[in-house]
Formats: sequence, C-alpha cells, structure tokens
Amino acid sequence: MSERILSILVEDKPGVLARVSSTISRRGFNINSLSVGPTNIEGRSKMTIVTELDAVEQVKKQLNKLVNVIKIVELDPNMTIETEVLLLKVSINKDSQTSVIEKASLSNATSVDVGQDFAIFELTGSSKDLDKFESLMKPFGIIEMVRGGRIAIQSNL
Amino acid sequence: MTKEQLTGAELVIRGLEYLNVSTVFGVPGGAILPAYDPLYDSPIRHILARHEQGAGHMAEGYAQATGELGVVIATSGPGATNLITPLANALMDSTPLLAITGQVASTAIGNDAFQEAYTVGLSMAATKHNYLITDASEIPQVLKEAKFIATTGRPGPVLVDIPKDILNQIAAWVEPGDLDLPGYKPTTEPNPKMVQQASALIKKSKKPILYVGGGIIHSKANNELFELATKFSIPVVTTLMGRGAFPDGHELCLEMPGMHGNYTATTSIQNADLLIAIGVRFDDRVTANPSFFAQNAKVIHADIDPAEIGKVRDAQVPIVGDAKSVIKGLIEALGDEKLETENWVSELKDMKTEFPLSYKQEEKGPLKVPYVLEELQKLTKEEAIVVAGVGQHQMWVSQHWNFTEPNTWLNSGGLGTMGYALPAAIGAKTAYPEKLVLALDGDGCFQMTCQELITASTENIPIKIVVFNNGNHGMVRQWQKIFYNSKFSASELTHDTPDYLKLAESMGAVGLRMMEKSDIEKVFNKMLEINDRPVLVDCVVDPDDMVFPMVPAGGSNDQIIMNEEDLKNL
Ligand SMILES: Cc1ncc(C[n+]2csc(CCOP(=O)(O)OP(=O)(O)O)c2C)c(N)n1
Ligand SMILES: [Mg+2]
Repeated sequence: MSERILSILVEDKPGVLARVSSTISRRGFNINSLSVGPTNIEGRSKMTIVTELDAVEQVKKQLNKLVNVIKIVELDPNMTIETEVLLLKVSINKDSQTSVIEKASLSNATSVDVGQDFAIFELTGSSKDLDKFESLMKPFGIIEMVRGGRIAIQSNL
Repeated sequence: MTKEQLTGAELVIRGLEYLNVSTVFGVPGGAILPAYDPLYDSPIRHILARHEQGAGHMAEGYAQATGELGVVIATSGPGATNLITPLANALMDSTPLLAITGQVASTAIGNDAFQEAYTVGLSMAATKHNYLITDASEIPQVLKEAKFIATTGRPGPVLVDIPKDILNQIAAWVEPGDLDLPGYKPTTEPNPKMVQQASALIKKSKKPILYVGGGIIHSKANNELFELATKFSIPVVTTLMGRGAFPDGHELCLEMPGMHGNYTATTSIQNADLLIAIGVRFDDRVTANPSFFAQNAKVIHADIDPAEIGKVRDAQVPIVGDAKSVIKGLIEALGDEKLETENWVSELKDMKTEFPLSYKQEEKGPLKVPYVLEELQKLTKEEAIVVAGVGQHQMWVSQHWNFTEPNTWLNSGGLGTMGYALPAAIGAKTAYPEKLVLALDGDGCFQMTCQELITASTENIPIKIVVFNNGNHGMVRQWQKIFYNSKFSASELTHDTPDYLKLAESMGAVGLRMMEKSDIEKVFNKMLEINDRPVLVDCVVDPDDMVFPMVPAGGSNDQIIMNEEDLKNL
C-alpha cells in the first residue's frame, strides 16, 4: 500500500490534536507520522499526517466534520517537498570517533554536541535519508534517537 | 453606557433565554450549583429528572418532537458521565442537543478533585462538538455557537463544560456577535449539476424506490417528499428513523425495510433499478450484508453529511445538501416528466397483498403485542406522539402503528438505547402538553429508567405508558431461541416483579393491567380518560412471541425469514 499525506489546516484551539487523532483511531486507521505546528496565519496550525490507507476519502470526510478543522488537502507525492528532523545520540570511543564523524558528515548531519563518550547529531532530510543515517550509526551503538514527524508542502499549490 | 456585569452563572441563564430556550432538563450538584441560583428566578422551566440519563433523554424527546434544540444541565463528574449515553444516542440519531455541565474549579482541573471527570475528553466521541469555558466572558458567544452547531447541518449534541469558578466570575453581558466558524460550513444547497444527473437517472428508471430516513424529518421535507413521490409515482420506503416522513396507508408507502422490515419494503429495494436515497445512511439494520444489498440498483445518495455518501455504498450520483432543497431541485428538474412506473407500483401492490405482516391473536390465548397495538390505535382518536424502547416491542410498533405525520414517532434507532422511552416521552409531552404522548415500552427497557415516572407525576406531565410485559428481554430471548439453541442465558425477567400497579401508585401515577383480549378496550379507554396524572398500563403479553419478518445480521435481504416455520430451514 502506498503512503498518503494529508495536510490539515486547523484552528489553533485546545484539544484539536486530540480531536483529530481520536477521529482517526476511532475509525480504525493507523498513522505513520503526525506533526503539528504553527503556520504563518495567526490562530491557525497545520497538521501533517502520513498514513497508509485505502479509505483515506472516508477519513478526510470524517475529519472535515470536526468543527476546528478548516481545510484538508491530500498532497500529491510527486509534487511534494517533504522533510523531517532527527536528533541522534551515538556512543563513541577512541577507535570509533573518526569513523562516526566521517560517516555523519558524509550524511550531511550536523554535530550539535560531542562529549567524552557520545556525540549528538542533527539531520534534516527525507524520511529515507533519516532511515539511512540511523542504520549507518547503528553499529556504533545508538543511545537515543528522536524524530520530529514529517512535514510537507506541495510545490504547485 | 456601562455594560451590565453578571456572574458566569447569570450569563449562562441569560444566554439560554437569549437563545429562546424555554425548557431545560437536569439534575443539580456542587459544580453546577451557581447556575441553578439564577435559573430559579428565570422564566425558563426546569424539569428535575431523577437521573441525568433521564434528563438527557427528556431533552432528546423534546428535540425530536419539536425539531428544535433540547437542553440538559448536569453537574461535574458523575453528573456528566451519566450524560454520555444520551449524548451518544443523540449523535447517532442526529438530535440537536445542548448539554451544559459544571466542572470543578479551573484551578483544580487535573488534580483529581472531588467529582472531577474529564468531561470534554469523555464526551469528545459522543458529541458533534464540545467546549471547555476558560473565561466567563466567552459564555454568551459560545452558547450561541453551540446552538448553531447543534441545530444546523447534520444536527447533533454539543456540550459546554463550565468550571465552577467561571460560573462565579463576573463579566459583562455582551450580546453574542456574528459567528466565526471557519471550519464549519454545512452545504445545504445541492450542486445543480448533480441534481440534473439525478433527474436523468430517475427519468430512465422503471423501478425506482425512494429510500428515505431521518434526514427528511430533520429538514422538514415531508411535504416536498410527498409531492415528489406522488407526482412521479415513486414508491417510498421509510426507515426506522424516517417513519412518518411519508404517510403509512398511502398506496405508494411501503413502510419499513430491513432486519425486521416488512417483506415488500425490503424486497422492493432488492428488485429496484434505482435507489433515490435521501437522508439515510445505509445502516446495517437496513442493508444486512451490503454486498447483497440492492445489487441491481444504481444509487442517488443525497445527504447533508458528506461523510455518509460512499461510506457503505458507492453512489452513481452523490448529492451533498439539505433534503428539502434536494427534493425541490429534483421536482423542478423532472418537470412534467411521466415516469413509466405503473407496472412497478402494481407489482409492489400485489406483493403487499401476498406478503402482509401477520400475527395470530387467539381468542383465549395470551396477548400478542401487534394485536394490542392495532386495538390501541383504533381507540386513540387523535394523532399521538408515540415513543418506544428498544427490542421486540419497538419493532412491532414500527411495523404495526400507522404513522402519518413526521415527529410523531420517537425512538432510539442508531444506538438502540434501552431506557429511552419513558424519559423521551416526558420530554415530548413537556413540549406539547396538549398532545397525547404514548410511551410504548418493554419491561426490560422500562426498568432501566422507571424512576422518571416520579418526574412525570411530580412535574405534572401526564404521559401514558404501556409496558409490554413479556417477563423477558424478549429480543435477546428471540436471538437465543434462533441462534443459541434456546439457551436462555440471563434474558429472563419476571412477569410479576415489580408489581407495576403498586410501582405506578407509589410513584404518583395510575396503574392499570390487561391480561386478555377482553380487557383491552376497557383498560385503554380508562387510560385515555385520565389526564391529570401519568398512567401506566401493565400489558401482560406472550413471552414466546417472535418478531418477523427477520433477516439475520450479516445475511442477505434476498433471504427473508417470514415466520417460525422458515426457521426450521435455516
Ligand atoms: C442499554 C442497553 N443494554 C442492553 C441492550 C441489549 N438489548 C437489546 S433489546 C434487549 C431486550 C429488551 O427487553 P424489553 O425492553 O423487555 O423489550 P422486548 O424485546 O421484550 O420487547 C436488550 C437487553 C440494549 N439495547 N441497551
Ligand atoms: Mg420484554
């Protein structure tokens, strides 16, 4: 099944995230990724939801029924600029240090903190880039990793 | 001029008055107490229910009988949780409801304070929308918004949760302004292109069926529906929620389809070449297994809620819009067209004669609900508002009562809430004190909310209740008989406990009893004569009777079980 990306403009009101996520789970659908943040318009937030479902039309309609949901656009994957942020803390020691830093810089990750036995990298990119970076770091021992959820914008809208 | 300063509680009551609310149903308690103080001095009538569930169903009955907003008030915590059932019920049946709940003080929220429940969270999936008020000055505007959301588009319940400190906070009364709801813009006017496409399909159809439901009643479109059906000779089936939208007894009326629908209504859909579905949602109790439903029919589906279109069945012509506007559009688009439905109409007429609803009332045998119902309707001269519970009796009422007007049939269709009938009847009678309001209930259902009989007598709301006392959760028993080898696990009540006569009397009502055929006329006439108190009739009926026709859940509407004989071939 292919992924579908919904870009949802909502009123910035309390509980709106709960309303959206509960509407989706109530209808029995899974979310691969969800992010929410402010937009350039005051009082409006944007949610980006990535899901794999056939019944996306039904979910869109159910979400549209929410009073705080203003507009839902399904993004065309071919026209969409998509990005995600990752923070990854990896173990380092004298032997691995050079290799870790080299691999990170080849991946375009920025080192944001380096301690005696760990390094923290930040990487922004497509989900695939982030997955690739994770697997590159895995052999060195990932201590902790967080990803910020995918955000997307359609280039021709 | 300085603006009038009021407490949050006064703003609530002033706000309700401003919205022309004349009656509210509720139960007080700590967190909502501030609101009950100004309510005491307000012209708004408050009906003190004995349970918040009852209060909620009363507000629903009021709303369903009038087509207007019903209002219920409860306190925080258990008051609010007791409201969840009526809220979910109203959401399912699209009933416009406003619930106002007290909440613990804003400073205490989240601390597991006494009688704190997360009402907004708990009711989120049981309401169309809900609010937590954070400043008293919001109250007038939020109440206006809440009423607007509850009563427009596809109607539904809206809850407003107000912390106690906010009810005590002082703020100015500011007349509510224009609504700013950028995410809420129901489409009421249908797209003319879609209406044209629909009319083209109708013109070509030889076997059309108007499949209509609650949407007709919400939109007050019964006259338009009548014109559409009769002008173009299109037979009509009315779903459980749509009973009364088109008059029973009319030659084009096929009445209720589905699980316990009559043979002709269900079969007409199966044989149709076109379904003109308006204000219906292809509920599983109508469609049975959707893959076998109306397999030869094209579908025009009109609904005010876009999410209903294509949810269960794809529509060749989807129309988003208010039923009344859609039907007017169709009538106009069809113009002076003559449809060739003559054969179809007469085929269905013959079918009705060949496969009528049937029951056998023996002279000396136990009473059968269908017979009692038909006798009761003969004795009631005026148009009654009829309210049912959930179970066999509900299906029998829907099958055997002749409904000719909208808003005269109230029941819990979507959620199937036992305990709905008595309080909903109280709500309806409060709205229309001069009308005859009959709660036709099951014994199991009655026992779920029977304390509201006290509300009816103390508030002087003389409804009439007939309890069809089969000593059983009859519908459960029927399923156990058919699907569980007659293993009657936990479905038996008793005929004689409670003693309904004593129960009625102790609650300030008149109790009457009928056991056999010869009692019927006498008892019902007595019931109809008494108008100064509620009357409860204990109608002792056959515990073993079953509702037919029947299509088992998930079955095919082509295989209708007509009677007990058919069960043997199952
Ligand atoms: C609140 C609730 N609990 C349980 C049920 C399941 N249920 C459906 S019909 C029924 C029996 C109803 O009994 P009664 O009111 O006596 O009606 P009858 O079928 O006997 O006419 C039950 C238990 C329900 N619909 N609602
Ligand atoms: Mg019963």
